[in-house]
Amino acid sequence: MIELDNIAYSYGGGELLSDITLSLQPGSFYFLTGPSGAGKTTFMKLCYGALTPTAGSARLFGQDVRKMTRVDQANTRRRIGVVHQDCQFLDHLPLNENVALPLTVSGKDNLEQVSNLKELLAWVGLKNRALALPPELSGGERQRAALARAVIMSPDVVLADEPTGNVDWEMSQRLLQLLIELNKMGKTVLIATHDMNLIRTAKSKVQARVLRIANRRVQLAGADL
Amino acid sequence: MKKIIASVSGLIGGNSQADKMVPPTGFTVRLTLFASGAMAFLAVFALALSMASGRLAQRWGDELAHSSTLRISAPVEQIAAQTAAAMQVLSTTPGIENARPMSSAEQRALLSPWFGPDLPVENLPIPQLIEIEETSGGYDAAGLRLRLQAEVPGAVLDDHTRWRRPLQQAAGRLRLLGILSILLIAAVTGAIITLAANAALSANSQVIRVLRLVGAQDDYITMAFVRRFTLRALTGAAVGTLVGFIAVLLLPSAQDNAGFLTGLGFSGLSFLWLFPLPILAALVAFFATGAAARRTLSEFR
Repeated sequence: MIELDNIAYSYGGGELLSDITLSLQPGSFYFLTGPSGAGKTTFMKLCYGALTPTAGSARLFGQDVRKMTRVDQANTRRRIGVVHQDCQFLDHLPLNENVALPLTVSGKDNLEQVSNLKELLAWVGLKNRALALPPELSGGERQRAALARAVIMSPDVVLADEPTGNVDWEMSQRLLQLLIELNKMGKTVLIATHDMNLIRTAKSKVQARVLRIANRRVQLAGADL
Repeated sequence: MKKIIASVSGLIGGNSQADKMVPPTGFTVRLTLFASGAMAFLAVFALALSMASGRLAQRWGDELAHSSTLRISAPVEQIAAQTAAAMQVLSTTPGIENARPMSSAEQRALLSPWFGPDLPVENLPIPQLIEIEETSGGYDAAGLRLRLQAEVPGAVLDDHTRWRRPLQQAAGRLRLLGILSILLIAAVTGAIITLAANAALSANSQVIRVLRLVGAQDDYITMAFVRRFTLRALTGAAVGTLVGFIAVLLLPSAQDNAGFLTGLGFSGLSFLWLFPLPILAALVAFFATGAAARRTLSEFR
């Protein structure tokens, strides 16, 4: 699925990440934690091919990231749903069209879009906000919309980078619950967060592995969490 | 080639979903419309000027093409005899349709711009002119000159070649200049549209980032921008061409005594040459935006 073999990533002359070997198992639930600036977002980008490791090899669904054509990259993005902290929407399109973007760009027909969209917007509790523009949404609504967009193509993996960074506790619990539901549907979930309370709550509900970035390396965290 | 055909069919067929991806507003809309409109307007004038110049030079050339002049310079007492001898030679030369000595009145009319209308031609030792009309096949000028040299020593044949050649060259060069002007206009249009497209692509980097994130392929993103700019250029150029055409129509109509400027316009079906102008502008926009979009996309992984 996502296999990282002894990878490193350097930027601006400095090494941000090094000696990382990891294979994300299908259907697993992971947390990635570490202090701000440790390289969590960089690691996430390496996981979906937005960055290429400067050393080692990264394979996404069996394909070496370095050998991927741009078409391969686009096709891989359809199998990996990504939720960014800043969500990244097209501000001139209403919520329903933003959520449907992955379907639209892949040329799926409108009937299929409509049926998937209604279910999905109901699942994330945004059915009544379908026609709102992204700037009109609250932080929690944006995060839920980003999650809906990430899963509309039914990807094998969902990567969420600080999905609860801009929302209150109640909303973060709601988002966590949605991600747990996805995992129970068989999706591999990787959440980057520095919110230890979120991790503790999750561990009581789902079997989650916690990865910690420290000293440029990713380690499996102990039971002290 | 397949890629270009797919691009063109995507361009014509369109994709209402893809079209919506790029925000519709921005100064690049106005810049593209204005640039393509203004350039098409200029292209209409370049085309009209080139056609009018070429037409004029062609007409001059044609008028001189099938006629010649034989000038007999001899002492007054020999003029009549040499004219008769020359007429004899001309009447037996293949390729000559008709030849006739010009009357005193005609010669006076020719000289009147320089000497006034009251010139006593009969009393002056001026040469006798014989106007020659050629058949469509023409005659052998070199052979005729040899015969005249032998039989009419005072005759000088002017087949208008030295007048006609520069006029024909001028006609060819004016057409070339017109084509060059249109190519330059196309290049400037391309440069301005490329600038506008680059500005639009920079302003919409978030759009590109999001589309890449959700799995859009480069061709899809490129076509969203290309279609937008191509249609704008087509619209702007169509309006510019129409306005330019109307402006040319409103110029004073051609008159024989009014010279070159009043002949600036389109004659017959030559206005059909205007139809490719908007298409040319659209093609320039198509390739310029495509190149700009691909260049920008290569910066996004």
